[in-house]
Amino acid sequence: MRWILPLAVIALLLVYPFVVNSFWLVQIGGRTLGFGTIVLSLVFLTAYTGMLSLAQMSVAGVAGYATAYFTAPTSGVGLLLPWPLALILALGLATVAGLLIGLVAVRTRGIYTLMITLAVAMAFYFLTLQNYDLFNGYTGFNNVQPPVILGLDLGANLPFYYMSVVLAAACYFGVRHVVRTPFGLALQGLRDEPDRLRALGYNVPLLRVLAFGLAGFIAGIGGILNIWLNASISPGSVALNPVIDVLMAGVLGGIGHPIGAYIGAFVFTVVDNFAIDFIARERFNTLIGLIFLAIVLFSPDGLTGLVHRAWTRGTGWARRNDGDARETDDIGK
Amino acid sequence: MIETLADINWRLFAIVTLNGLTLASLYFIVASGFSLIFGLMRVVNMAHGSLYLLGAYVGFEVSEATGSWILGILAAGVVVAAAGAALQVSILSWMQGQDLRQALATIGVSIVAADLMLAQWGGSAYQIALPEAVSTFVPVPVAGRYAMARLMLIGFALVIGVALWLILNRTRIGMLIRAGVDDRRMLEAMGVNVPLVFVGVFAIGAGLAGMAGVIGGSVLSVSPGEDARYLLSSLIVVIVGGMGSIPGAAIGALLVAMAETYGLAYTPTYGIVYTFAIMVAVLAVRPQGLLGRAA
Repeated sequence: MRWILPLAVIALLLVYPFVVNSFWLVQIGGRTLGFGTIVLSLVFLTAYTGMLSLAQMSVAGVAGYATAYFTAPTSGVGLLLPWPLALILALGLATVAGLLIGLVAVRTRGIYTLMITLAVAMAFYFLTLQNYDLFNGYTGFNNVQPPVILGLDLGANLPFYYMSVVLAAACYFGVRHVVRTPFGLALQGLRDEPDRLRALGYNVPLLRVLAFGLAGFIAGIGGILNIWLNASISPGSVALNPVIDVLMAGVLGGIGHPIGAYIGAFVFTVVDNFAIDFIARERFNTLIGLIFLAIVLFSPDGLTGLVHRAWTRGTGWARRNDGDARETDDIGK
Repeated sequence: MIETLADINWRLFAIVTLNGLTLASLYFIVASGFSLIFGLMRVVNMAHGSLYLLGAYVGFEVSEATGSWILGILAAGVVVAAAGAALQVSILSWMQGQDLRQALATIGVSIVAADLMLAQWGGSAYQIALPEAVSTFVPVPVAGRYAMARLMLIGFALVIGVALWLILNRTRIGMLIRAGVDDRRMLEAMGVNVPLVFVGVFAIGAGLAGMAGVIGGSVLSVSPGEDARYLLSSLIVVIVGGMGSIPGAAIGALLVAMAETYGLAYTPTYGIVYTFAIMVAVLAVRPQGLLGRAA
């Protein structure tokens, strides 16, 4: 019973390219998976450690900038490296960025974590804007292409989509696995009762920083997928709007469960692309902002929470509590 | 050594210092409202930058229509205070005590507000015309001459700072606010209409942001994106100075603005790094901020 839904989703993801056109394949499918992986890093942090970080897009940006810097140097900025090395560096730097943000935010809780990570994110944005030695300032990097491995061009639609599916699934199931390990259980312990966990001899600050590092790694994967999809990165990619977009997608989908990340990313991407059909294209932010506000006001656990509640009400079937996140009603207390 | 000292461009240094003080004044006015709101209600108002930008646009429209800068800043203060009060009444009062949810709601508001303001006033930059009397330059030692309006701004920030201090420490309203910060439920039990105090404080904090928008729009300029900039500066100022503390906001604003101005003047490509380093250093030593009280 438990495996039917995941298997159905995987089957759907695999046949998806054969039932849709290339726009839905790349601009909706590919974007949902890459962006969703960045959102997943936020959901992982929030659901299992209780820390709401707004710096996940910046961490993804670190990976994106590193990928660009090492694979697509422009106008004297950058250093061409073989792609495996470049990707290892990009993921490594994203993880380090995550750990550093964790170090900055480790002594804060709740609302303070949100403020400080937002400050970090904005500082990173202004750094990319002002700095030309590493980030090539306002222009950023263009023409960043995925590698061609043994004649297989990962930049072509179908290979890119499947690569995104594999990486997103690896991250999703990775998160589901990690939260069942002793490390993941300790994280949930410190989310609920940090003082008791400390009394048991756990190093609470270290656990928090490590959680940020893992979230940084996941965001890095999403960031690399994202830059390959866009083929470019500039300060606009890590500005306030994209930073908030990650939060909005997470809250839309439901910040209490990993699957909410991809659901939120999907809804967000669809609204982003089809806002033109509802209202003027330029007013996308008004539309998504109002949807976001409505979710925050009326269903704090997002669309998954909405569906979950409708489902339990309809069937009287309570979901087995298998290390899933707590009910999200009390996030923010 | 003596030669290098002589080589320092003292005139540039003085001008940069004055620019830093000007920016600090502006940051203080914006951040004091932000800090006031947080101090009483524990609301991190992520729409504070939007209130600043709204104030700037309202001030621009009114001063263009009437030709009076004073009317512009008054109108901006009143309109934005009303907008702040409306935000508190219509959305935030529903979820009093759930601070993270309130922050998320204000983020939603700021997204919508930024987009609607972009629709209304477009992407171009505006400059609010200053009164003739202050659009002059005055002689200043070392720096040579400096814009009167910027010196006025420094004075204005001092007046606001002193006024806030007097209101908080010497009036009945201030007493209610301070009591509310310390023990909200006790104050309620004493028969004080706390929700009304909340709306009032939200209006004052928002009004300060609105007036700061007009000043910023006169001395610097107004354009989309300024909301994010002043939200960020308010965040860092109160993180450094201590949430809820007005003197803390003053110290934070000075530190942050000075670091930013010197940084941009002397090492242009890493200007933001200093601001950030200050924030991290404060967090490492005093997580509650320099003058903040432990939560």
